[in-house]
Amino acid sequence: MNILKTYKIYIGGAFPRTESGRYYPITDSKGNTLANVCLSSRKDVRNAVVAARKAFGGWSEKTAFNRGQILYRIAEMLDGRKGQFIDELVLQGISKSKADKEFQQSVDRLVYYAGWADKYQQIASSVNPVSSSHFNFSALEPMGVIGIIAPQENSLLGLISLVIPAICGGNTVVVAASESHPLCSVTFAEVLHSSDVPGGVVNILTGKVAELAPALAAHMDVNALVSSDLGELQKPLALSCVENLKRRFTYMNSDQQGLNFVTDLQEVKTTWHPIESIGGATSSY
Amino acid sequence: MAKNTSTKNTAEWNYAASPESTSHIRLEKKYQLFINNEWVSPSSKKYFPSTNPASEEVLAEIAWANDVDVDKAVKAARKAYQEVWSKLSGAERGKYIYRIARMMQERAREFAVIESLDCGKPIRESRDVDVPLACNHFFYYAGWADKLEYAMPHKKPEALGVAGQIIPWNFPLLMAAWKIAPALAAGNTVVLKPAETTSLTALKLAEIIKDSGLPPGVVNIVTGYGDTGAAIVNHPDIDKIAFTGSTNVGKIIQRAIAGTHKKSTLELGGKSANIIFDDAPIDQAVEGIVNGIFFNQGHVCCAGSRLFVQENIAERVIHKLKSRMESLYVGDPLDKNTDIGAINSKEQLETIEKYIRIGKEEGAEIYQSQCAIPSKGYFCRPTLFTGVSQSHVIAQEEIFGPVLTIQTFRTVDEVIQKANNTPYGLAAGVWTDKGSRIFNLTTKLRAGVVWANTYNKFDPVSPFGGYKESGFGREGGVHGLGAYLK
Repeated sequence: MNILKTYKIYIGGAFPRTESGRYYPITDSKGNTLANVCLSSRKDVRNAVVAARKAFGGWSEKTAFNRGQILYRIAEMLDGRKGQFIDELVLQGISKSKADKEFQQSVDRLVYYAGWADKYQQIASSVNPVSSSHFNFSALEPMGVIGIIAPQENSLLGLISLVIPAICGGNTVVVAASESHPLCSVTFAEVLHSSDVPGGVVNILTGKVAELAPALAAHMDVNALVSSDLGELQKPLALSCVENLKRRFTYMNSDQQGLNFVTDLQEVKTTWHPIESIGGATSSY
Repeated sequence: MAKNTSTKNTAEWNYAASPESTSHIRLEKKYQLFINNEWVSPSSKKYFPSTNPASEEVLAEIAWANDVDVDKAVKAARKAYQEVWSKLSGAERGKYIYRIARMMQERAREFAVIESLDCGKPIRESRDVDVPLACNHFFYYAGWADKLEYAMPHKKPEALGVAGQIIPWNFPLLMAAWKIAPALAAGNTVVLKPAETTSLTALKLAEIIKDSGLPPGVVNIVTGYGDTGAAIVNHPDIDKIAFTGSTNVGKIIQRAIAGTHKKSTLELGGKSANIIFDDAPIDQAVEGIVNGIFFNQGHVCCAGSRLFVQENIAERVIHKLKSRMESLYVGDPLDKNTDIGAINSKEQLETIEKYIRIGKEEGAEIYQSQCAIPSKGYFCRPTLFTGVSQSHVIAQEEIFGPVLTIQTFRTVDEVIQKANNTPYGLAAGVWTDKGSRIFNLTTKLRAGVVWANTYNKFDPVSPFGGYKESGFGREGGVHGLGAYLK
């Protein structure tokens, strides 16, 4: 007899059940119950944001090289669980060949962003030749805590495509997993848990998008909200984002990869520093 | 806290008056809307006065655009975008922008005088800061027009279309330049609305735009109040809103465009920290404090309005600061000796006075310089508050006037926490002799611009903009192009 897995949520590096005690069943195409998944509440969102904020300082101050290594470590851990993920993807209703492809793309995407961790800064920052005696440069800094609504389809690849560039750039995240296909997201949390990713950097909640997305959009300590196109929810979410001027990014191509997925979630900071200019000796001789 | 009443400086600072001449400026009595390179009378048939805040005299009557006028301007901009501007090569667009920059330089002094008349800022600032920076902004972005593919790695740069731009009254011409120059370089066309108290230099810029031969409709300038701005924000054929102004109005704009295709960049309010450590060069730091809060009467979104002084030097710094404040010359904006000009409007003066009242009621200790101020016009003495705590309204809300709040700190960690404890994140200043400490602070302060051992410096190549509720998007530099490209 198989041992059925309990799918819990992931907050602050721990796997609690939702504080609400609620659940919703996930079934296969024949109607057999695959799992009872946590129906996370607004309170879970708030707890997760607290955990993400707490983790932000340490994660954003890690060296870029170290973040790259940790991202690569996630790829290693994910690849080691290939069978489990493909089984789950198939259980949730896609073909074996599609599952194989999605899994391979997911691993590749992690490796791709592992490489960006210590390179995007060089591509997107600048030294600015001001007309005064100052050294002036603009560099990127992570925005802070990012709320992410993972796409419904491609439940593993979609999640990875939005979460990994955010943490690559030093942000911490609170994710609402695919509502209809949540199994991989919880298993992916277990991968993160064993990958040197500090607790709180990625927090993953399962539940209803219609309940979790508005809570994330209205939270005053979330700096940006990222999702694929959410249709009718787009406008109310945009309105909720106004109160703390949350940055809002909607990706029509949320299963793609690119530098902009990293740099969109960065602020540009410009620093001015005087250059001593007393006159006399110059560098030419 | 320092109870230095002995700082009253008895020296006389009455220079002989040295006013800039106004003989060479050309001002019409009445200004129309600038649409399609034509001066068009408003369909509202309404006009409003633009006054000199230093004398309360009317400078000109300005057309008040309504929905119909704004629609006309947007249609002109759309037509110009589709038929002309989007078909020009970047190199050709650049030539027009270069030409505008050059013609502005030729008329720089006229612009400076009009800016000081209309806005109230000292001629020294409009002449040496606002106008040259505005010219340079056009010159800088002109050169980007044919190089956009270098600006955005891995993106094919494309213009957005018609940009609606709404600007404030504190740096009228400079803000017009910050908005128009990158928009044109990136291939967009523009409908710009200046602030109702300071329309004149934007309208003078329209003269240059017409003279430069820029194709009709590429830049349209519609004047008016908040309802004119709302008509731009709500117009369905606008692709992008660029706004500089208060956080409150920024949020109104965001709500208005929620769920539409319109993109936005917002440059909003601030309550920036200026931090003085005990190893800082004190005299330079005092100049930096003065420049940080009293530059442009404190009408600066990035003003260093929250001063944090390390506890062991607080008494000395405050003493020197008070002494320096006594030598500031408040008066005629056109006088070359003037350090602090007129408050931009009666309303703004009332707002500042309200906050000064609140500060006293909250129990903070006020100090104002003893200088004489003119009997006519809107003026405010340089003001500081000591004995301020984080919970005070005057330490939290943007006053937008020459009012400084002073707090003290002991440790680096403490001051970082205090400085970041605000919903704003526009700018910050750090004064210390220690390089490693500068970089510790400049990386940990959550603000878009950080000045080390200097303050309130601006340059066309230097990206400017905020974190958190100070807005999003950058103006200036290569990053400023991102606001106007897909």
